Amino acid sequence: MSSNYLDIIRPGINTTFQDKGRDHLYHIGIPFSGAMDNRNYLIANKLVNNNLDSSVIEFAYQGPHIKYSGEKINFAVTGDVIFSIKKKDTEIEGNSYESYQIENGDEINIISTNKSVYGYLALGGEFDLKFQWNSCSINTKANIGSNNGKKLDVGQRINLKKINSNKDIKKISYINTKIENIRVIKGTNFDYFSEEGKKIFYEKEFTVSKLSDRMGMRLEGPKIDNIVNTNIKSEGLIKGVIQVPADGNPIIMLSDHGTIGGYPKIGVVASVDYDRLVQMSPGSKVKFKEINLSDAETLFKLYEMETQNLISQI
Amino acid sequence: MIKNISNLGDAALYCDFGNEVNKSINSQVIKYFKTIKEKKFEGINNLTPSYNKLIISYDLKKTNFKEVKNYVENINAEDSIDINSKKLEIPVCCHENFSMDIKRLEEILKLSREKILENFLNKEYFCYMIGFIAGMPFLGDLDENMRAQRLETPRVKVPKGSVALTEQFANIYTFESPGGWNILGNTPLDVFDSSKEDKPNLINPGDTVIFKEITLDQYKNYNE
Repeated sequence: MSSNYLDIIRPGINTTFQDKGRDHLYHIGIPFSGAMDNRNYLIANKLVNNNLDSSVIEFAYQGPHIKYSGEKINFAVTGDVIFSIKKKDTEIEGNSYESYQIENGDEINIISTNKSVYGYLALGGEFDLKFQWNSCSINTKANIGSNNGKKLDVGQRINLKKINSNKDIKKISYINTKIENIRVIKGTNFDYFSEEGKKIFYEKEFTVSKLSDRMGMRLEGPKIDNIVNTNIKSEGLIKGVIQVPADGNPIIMLSDHGTIGGYPKIGVVASVDYDRLVQMSPGSKVKFKEINLSDAETLFKLYEMETQNLISQI
Repeated sequence: MIKNISNLGDAALYCDFGNEVNKSINSQVIKYFKTIKEKKFEGINNLTPSYNKLIISYDLKKTNFKEVKNYVENINAEDSIDINSKKLEIPVCCHENFSMDIKRLEEILKLSREKILENFLNKEYFCYMIGFIAGMPFLGDLDENMRAQRLETPRVKVPKGSVALTEQFANIYTFESPGGWNILGNTPLDVFDSSKEDKPNLINPGDTVIFKEITLDQYKNYNE
């Protein structure tokens, strides 16, 4: 029996273990999974002196309420998150992007994400998890990953098999910027849509629907009219592909997406905007802006440099 | 041969082998897939072969479209590895407990239950691809008179092991999932087992599959 563990008092809405995910199994129908917002995932690990590819707890909207038992350990929360830390006699409000030390009996209560979707809870140490294909990432649809591929549940106990000896407290000032324009690259079936439909895609506003999860983000707005065929022969999909089924409402493929699909692809979200895209909560307004491949590559490089810079400052 | 290479977003190559769905084009796709997978080009990660397309994903931190395109254009997949295919028998029980859409199929195909089973069973089907959900094989081609459209409203839950038809294809639901194919029977065989990391899927692209009928008793005793 491990002497350092977490008890889940309240699991939250969709709380899972995540890491860098799986990047080589599309051909057998297994998607990427992994932390939805990669930058916030990396920062969370760095704040608690973990390796950058360590397992963290990802939550959506309402997060978990946990009680910790064991020797002193650091933790940090990233994302735009409201949470509190309960010690023996006091309860304080926590700040994201700052690590804290907790000890036996302390509680962390993640109340909710604020006008965003995903947040991360990292502990300075290593969870005792079963890996599948070198990743702990839970895919609840296929029941793949740690925790038997299921989201965390009330009453569960999660053991830690290691606690970092480096317990330096870290902090970084970081604000999650919101974007209104999602940059996209023209899709392989762009010409399936009417002139009017193409114009709508780039000029009109869409609303993120409630029917969005780790698999996909559904959008509602003016219908995008298809003039060729509303089905194509099934073919591979990747993260960020925007498909438009017969009803004319776009669906964006996210990290747990089905690996094959048969709806026409009007566009693909540029990699630079993926972390911010997934944070758009239901009701948010989205507009698409076309960019070319070379600009998308340059913008991603800059974004990646910025991420590395942030991490090196911690 | 690859007819055209374009980009799918900024982190994937879209290799187009044509528009038709047939064994010869699909075998080309599979050859490229296997060759590239074996060569382990730095930066290439996911590969998704389908009927007549191959999507090659890469890590934009390590490489880019130009480099991967140049690499793929210079691959010689013609005389490469044989696609190493297997022939597999899949037991299927078509008892009324499982054949949820038999009535619908009888109406659409204007064939009796017996005739539908006779047309479907004991024939060789080619595995074109795996995907949508983990391990699901897309098998073809069904006889011309066996082709039905998918359900107007997909089921929220299709039972694990369901063997189902749509257009010229058959598939097997490797775990409970939503789906709109016409369900004809159920196999007790674990076609996908995620605990076997080396070989989680029983059927691979290029394999040949034959469905053999079993009775309800044989089905119940299958895993004992």
